[in-house]
Amino acid sequence: MSEYAIEMLGITKSFGTLIANDEINLQVRKGEIHALLGENGAGKSTLMSILFGMYTPDKGKILIQGQEKKITGPRIATEYGIGMVHQHFQLVKNFTVLENIILGSETVRHGFLRYEQAREKVTELSRKYRLNIDLDAVVSDISVGMQQRVEIVKMLYRDNDILIFDEPTALLIPQEIEELMDIIRDLRKEGKSIIFITHKLKEIKAVCDRCTILRKGKYVDTVSVADTSTQELAELMVGRKLEKSDTRAQAVQKEEVMVVSELTMPSQDHKKNLLNNISFSLHRGEILCIAGIDGNGQNELVEALTGLNRSYTGTIRIGDTDITEKSIRFRNSHGLSCIPEDRHQYGLVLGYTLEQNLLLKKYRRQPFSRHGLIHFKECREYADRLIEEYDIRSAQGNATAARDMSGGNQQKVVVAREIDADADVLIAVQPTRGMDVGAIEGIHKSLFKQTEKDRAVCLISFELDEVFEISDRILVMYEGEIVGEFDPGKTTAEELGLYMSGAKRMEVRP
Amino acid sequence: MSRKAHLKKFLAALLPTVICIVMGLLVGFLILLFANPSQAANGFKTILSGGFVGGMRGIGNVFYYATPAMMVGLGVAVGFKTGVFNIGGSGQFVIGGYFAMLLAHTLQIPRPFSWIVPILAAAVTAAVWASIAGLLYVYFKVNIVISTILLNYIGMYLVNYLIRYTIYDSGKNQAKLTPESAQIPGMGLDILFPDSSLNGGFIIAVLFAILIYILLFKTTKGYEMIAGGLNPSASLLAGISVKKNTVLSMCISGALIGIGGALMFLSNSGKSISVVDTLAAEGFNGISVALLAGNHPLGVILSSIFIASITVGGFYMQAYRFVPEIIDIIVAVIIYFSAFSLLIMQNFEKLQIWLKNKREEGHEG
Repeated sequence: MSEYAIEMLGITKSFGTLIANDEINLQVRKGEIHALLGENGAGKSTLMSILFGMYTPDKGKILIQGQEKKITGPRIATEYGIGMVHQHFQLVKNFTVLENIILGSETVRHGFLRYEQAREKVTELSRKYRLNIDLDAVVSDISVGMQQRVEIVKMLYRDNDILIFDEPTALLIPQEIEELMDIIRDLRKEGKSIIFITHKLKEIKAVCDRCTILRKGKYVDTVSVADTSTQELAELMVGRKLEKSDTRAQAVQKEEVMVVSELTMPSQDHKKNLLNNISFSLHRGEILCIAGIDGNGQNELVEALTGLNRSYTGTIRIGDTDITEKSIRFRNSHGLSCIPEDRHQYGLVLGYTLEQNLLLKKYRRQPFSRHGLIHFKECREYADRLIEEYDIRSAQGNATAARDMSGGNQQKVVVAREIDADADVLIAVQPTRGMDVGAIEGIHKSLFKQTEKDRAVCLISFELDEVFEISDRILVMYEGEIVGEFDPGKTTAEELGLYMSGAKRMEVRP
Repeated sequence: MSRKAHLKKFLAALLPTVICIVMGLLVGFLILLFANPSQAANGFKTILSGGFVGGMRGIGNVFYYATPAMMVGLGVAVGFKTGVFNIGGSGQFVIGGYFAMLLAHTLQIPRPFSWIVPILAAAVTAAVWASIAGLLYVYFKVNIVISTILLNYIGMYLVNYLIRYTIYDSGKNQAKLTPESAQIPGMGLDILFPDSSLNGGFIIAVLFAILIYILLFKTTKGYEMIAGGLNPSASLLAGISVKKNTVLSMCISGALIGIGGALMFLSNSGKSISVVDTLAAEGFNGISVALLAGNHPLGVILSSIFIASITVGGFYMQAYRFVPEIIDIIVAVIIYFSAFSLLIMQNFEKLQIWLKNKREEGHEG
C-alpha cells in the first residue's frame, strides 16, 4: 500500500488560452490535514473540481491509495471515498437535517424510505465526532455553523475517507471556527485524510500538517507547516516580499461628519424590526467598521443610508444637512458615496462600457455635460485618468464593455468611481471581497488616503481580519441592532464573536 | 477609437443583419417554390427588386410605405433600447391616427398648422395611451408586455367606437378621408417622385430618427434611460430616477408610434382607419423594423425602407398570378424570419458570453 491517500501528479488543465492548472502536484498522506493555499485565481478550485470529477484534466494522473483511477464524475468520486464540503453549502433549505444527510444515498425498501436505519447511523456518527446536530430541525432554521456540521456528517455518512473542505471558515464566527478546528482534528485521529482549502494562514498554522502552495495556476512548493513561518507562507503564496502595512497615526477624534439617530426600519411582515433604534456617528478622518455576521441588518442599514429604502424612522445627517427625507441623487451630490456589496447588481451597468460606468454618477455635472448634452472628450479623458490611476486592466481600454472584464477589475471600476467621487462619507461594503492580496493592499491604501483628506469611511465587513487591520473603531451589529462598540487595539476576535453571535451586548452611546 | 476602427465596428454590427436578411429571403423563396414552382424564380426576382424597378414613382412608393413603419420602428426601438418592451404599437398607432384625423376634420385653421397640430395631437394622445402601461408597471408591477398587448385591443375598439360617433363614413365603413387642407405637403418630394403617394411625412420621419439618435446617444437623459434599462438597480443607486424614466420611455415610444399613425392618415393616398375587429398590422411590423435595425435609430431608417421595398415588391408579384394572401405570407415570412433570426443570433452571443463567464468563474475562487 502506498503512503499517500491521494496523489495528483502533473495535472494540467486549460480553458481556451488560460492555463488554470499547469503541471500541478498534490500528494496527501493518509491521516494528515493537508492545506491547499493560494490566492483567488491560483487554481485551487479547478484542481479540486478535477479531483471531484467535474473537469477532466488535459494531462496528468490521479492515484487513489496508490492505484491510478479515472474520475469521470462526482458519483465516481464518491465511490472512491472522496467527499467535499463546498464553500456554499449544498443543502435543501426546506428539508430536515436527516433528509439532507441521506439525500442521494437513501436506504430504500420496496420503494419506501427506511429512516430508522439511517437515523441510527447518523446518531452514532454525530456522537462519535461530537457533532451535536438536531436531526429533525429544518435546515433553514439552523445556524450556519450547524449547517456546516450537517455537511460534514453527510460526508461521513457516505463513508468518505478523503474529505475536502473548501474555505470552510468564511461564514463562521471565531467560536465556531474553534469548534470546526476541533472537529477536523478528531477526524484526523480517526484516520481520515483531509484537504483544507484556504487563504487564511492563521488557520493553516492551527491545524494543518503540510501545505501545498499554488500561484497563478502553477505548483510552488509543498512545505511542512511546523517548520514554516506565517510570513514565509504568505510570501510563497504571493510570490514577493510583503511589507507590513504601515500603521496609521491614531487620529484624535475630529468633528462628526455623519450622525445617524434612532434609525428604525420595520419589517414587511411586522414581526421584528429589520433595524432597531440604531444610533451612531462618524467622525472626519476615521474608518468606522460595522462588524457582524452576514444578514444581521447590514444590508438594510446600507439601504437606509444610501436612500434605496426609505421606509425608516429616525434621522440621518451629513454635516449640517438633514438627508433623512432626501432622494438618492441628493445624497450622492451632498457628500455620500457607496461601494455596494453586489457589484453586478448595484455597482455596474454591465452592458455599458468601462468609460460609461466610471461616469455613472458624474455624467450630469460639468464639464462632462452641459445643457443635457454629453461632452465625450472630457468624459474620455476623465475615464483614462482613473483607468491609469487605479490600474484597471481591460482588453479595449475605455471602450471595453464592463461585462467583458474580469471580476477583480470590475470591482476596481466601482472602487475607483466611488473613491474619486471624493465624498465626505464613503460607505464601503465588503470592498475587497474576492480580490487578491495585491489588489486588497491597493484598496486599503486608497481608503487610508481618503481619511488623510479628512473624509470618513464606514466599512461594512464580514472578515474580522480586515476589520482589525484597518478600522479605527468597531461597531458590532446583531439582529438589526448595534450591540457593542470597540477599540480594535483593546479587543480580541473572540470578544467580538460573543457580541456577533448575540451572546453578549452592551449599551452603546451614540 | 480611430475612424477606421469605428468603421470596422460598424460593419461588424451590420453583418448579422445582412446574414439574417439573406436567411429570411431563402425561406421566403422556399415558400414561393411551394406555392407556385413554375413562377417562383420570377416572383422572387420581383420581390427582390421591390419598388426600385418602377422608376422614381416606384421609389417614391417605397418611401411612402416606409414612413409609418419608420416611426413605429423608432418607437419600438426606443422602448427596447431603454428596457420597456412596448408591444402596444398597434393600439398607439390607431389612437394617434384617429385623433390626428379628428382634428384634421374639425379644426379650421390655416396651413401649415392644419397638419402640424393634428400631428402633435397624435403624439400627445398616443403618449398618454402608452403611459398607462408605464404607470401600471411602475406602481403595480404589471408586466409591460402583457399590458401593452391588452391595450392594443382596448385601443382598437375604442377607436372603432369613437369613429362611429365622429368622422364615420358609413358607405365605406371607415373614418372619413382627411380633407386636402390638412394633408401633409409634399415638401418637394412630390415633384422629385411624381405620381407616387409620397409626401413630406418621409422627411419628418427621417428627422425624428436623427432626433432620437441624438437623444439616446448624445444626451444625459438618453444615458440615464439606457442605463435604467440595462440595470435598474445600479442606476437607482447612482441617483437616476428609474421609475420616471420608465414612464418617459413609454411616452416617447408611444408618441413616435402615434405620429406614425398621423403621417399615414394625413395623406392623399386614400387610406383610412377601417372599422373592423383587426389590430393594425403596422404596430407589429414596427417590431420587425426595430429588431432588424438592432434597435438603432439610424438603422431604423434603412430597415424600414427594406421592409417597405419587400412589401411593394409583393404587390407587383400579382403579375405572376400569386394570390394576395400568398404574397402576404411570403412578405411576412421574410420580414419575421429576418427579425427572429437576428434575435436568435443576438441571444446566441449572450449565451456565448454567459458560457465564457461561467468558465472563468471556474478558474477563479
